[in-house]
Amino acid sequence: MVKVRIPTPLRTLTGGKSEVEAPASDIQALIESLNGQFPGLKDRVCDDKGEIRRFVNIYLNEEDIRFLKGKHTPVKDGDEVSIVPAIAGGCEQGA
Amino acid sequence: MTKPALKGTDKIKGLVCRECGKEYPAVSLHVCDMCFGPLEVQYNYKTIKPRLTRKAIEAGPKSLWRYVDLLPIAGDPTVGLAAGFTPLVRAKNLGDELGLDKLYIKNDTVNHPTLSFKDRVVSVALTRARELGYDTVACASTGNLANSVAAHAAAAKMQCYVFIPHDLEASKVLGNLVYRPNVVEVEGNYDDVNRLCSEIAGEHKWAFVNVNIRPYYAEGSKTLAYEVVEQLGWDAPDHIVVPMASGSLLTKIWKGLNEFSKLGLIDRMATKVDGAQAEGCSPIAAAYKLGRDFFKPVKPATIAKSLAIGNPADGYYALKATAESGGAMDTVTDEEIIEGMTLLAQTEGIFAETAGGVTIGVLKKLVKQGLIKRTETTVALITGNGLKTQEAVMNAVGRPTRISPSLVDFQKTFGLGIHER
Repeated sequence: MVKVRIPTPLRTLTGGKSEVEAPASDIQALIESLNGQFPGLKDRVCDDKGEIRRFVNIYLNEEDIRFLKGKHTPVKDGDEVSIVPAIAGGCEQGA
Repeated sequence: MTKPALKGTDKIKGLVCRECGKEYPAVSLHVCDMCFGPLEVQYNYKTIKPRLTRKAIEAGPKSLWRYVDLLPIAGDPTVGLAAGFTPLVRAKNLGDELGLDKLYIKNDTVNHPTLSFKDRVVSVALTRARELGYDTVACASTGNLANSVAAHAAAAKMQCYVFIPHDLEASKVLGNLVYRPNVVEVEGNYDDVNRLCSEIAGEHKWAFVNVNIRPYYAEGSKTLAYEVVEQLGWDAPDHIVVPMASGSLLTKIWKGLNEFSKLGLIDRMATKVDGAQAEGCSPIAAAYKLGRDFFKPVKPATIAKSLAIGNPADGYYALKATAESGGAMDTVTDEEIIEGMTLLAQTEGIFAETAGGVTIGVLKKLVKQGLIKRTETTVALITGNGLKTQEAVMNAVGRPTRISPSLVDFQKTFGLGIHER
C-alpha cells in the first residue's frame, strides 16, 4: 500500500481524512485507485485529458514527480505520496 | 479625463481561471476552487474599445491612471493617485557601450512615492481593496512591495501588516518602519514568508495584495508596458528586457502589449520579451535553458534580494510569454550584477538597485550573443532604486578622497600644479 497525504481543499472528498492508503504500481494507477475510494478526486487532480493539472504538485517521497517520470512514475509499498496544490502567489510546497 | 470613467461591470466582467476557464465574480479570490489555477481579471473589451483612443489617453492624468479603462477597479481611483508615468530615458552612452543604437531605460527608480515599480501594483490593489470593503491591507514582500504597501496604507489611513524575510537590506526595513505599519520579520526566506501569508490570509479578513487581491494587484504592472509604448510615440519596441522574481511582471508586460495591439492603439507588435534572473535564484531562466515549461523550485542565494523568489508563482506563464514573443532569458552572477549597477550609474546617471544590475547584465549578454541586434529598439526595465540596496555596491564604488581644508593639499592630492591655471 502507498501512503497518500491529502491537502485541505480535497479533504471534503476523503471524509476529512488527511492521510489515506491505496494500492498502486504507478502514480496514474494510484490516482485511479484513489478515485475508486473517493469518487471525484481524479477530476480535481487531472484535467479532462487525464493529465495532472499544472497547479497540482505531486511528490513521491519529497521529490516532484515532474522530475521523475510524471504520471508514469512507479510506486511501491511503503512509498509516501503528497498531493500539494501550488497556490499562485502563495506556494504551498512539500519540497 | 474627457469622459466619465467606466463603472463596475461595464469594464470588469469578473474573474476567470487561467487554466480551466471557470468563471467567478470580481471578488477577493485568487485560486480556482476546481483546479487550483490562478484567477485573472476579465474585461469587457467591447465597451472599452470605442472610448480608448490615443487622444483620450493623452488627455488623462500624468500618472498610471491615464490607463484606468484597462485597470481592474470599478469606480474612480482613490489610492496612489500620483504613481507611474515615470521617465523613458534615451540611453545613448550605455547604448554606445553595449552596441545598441536605440536603447531606452524605463526609469521606475523614481516612481512615486517609494521609488519602485511596486507603487503601480499597490495603487491598483489598495484602490480595489477599498472597493471590496477592506480596512486592513497586508503583503508578503522581498522589500519594495512592503515599502509601497506601508506608504500607501499610511496615506489611505488603512491598517497595515507587512511580512518580510529576516535578512533584508537596512534601507528596505527602515523604509517600512517609518510609516508605522506592523512590520513582521519572518525567520525564513521569501518563499517561507509567502507560505505563511497564504495561511494567514485564510484566517483573517485582510486584503493581502499579493495573495487574495493578486488578480487585481498584478494588473497594475501592465502600465509599464503602456507607458513605454506611449512614450515611444505609440510604437512597440523590438525588445523589452524584464527582471523576473515571481515572473508576474514579465507576464503582464506581454499582456499589456497584446491589449494595446488588440485595441488598435499600436500598428505593429513584434516585441520580444526577454527575462533576466540572478544566477543564485534562476528557476525560470534555468527552465528556459533546458527547454522545459515547468521549473524546479530553488533555495535563493543572491545579492538581488528583490528577485529572490525560489518558487515563482507565475514562472510557467513567464516561460510561455517569452516563448510566444520569441524572446530569450539569461542569468548573471553577483559580480556581474554589481558591474551592471555601476555601468548604468556611470553611463546614464541612474542608480538602480540590484535587480537593475540583473537587467543590465542580462541585456549585455543578449547583445553579445546576437539575440538583440544593434538596430533594434530596446527597452530595459529598471524597477527599483539603488539607495535601497547600498550594501551590494558599498565595496565596489571606492571611497571619498579626504584632504585638509587647504588649497595646496587639494592640488597636491589631485596632481594639479598651481601654474596649471
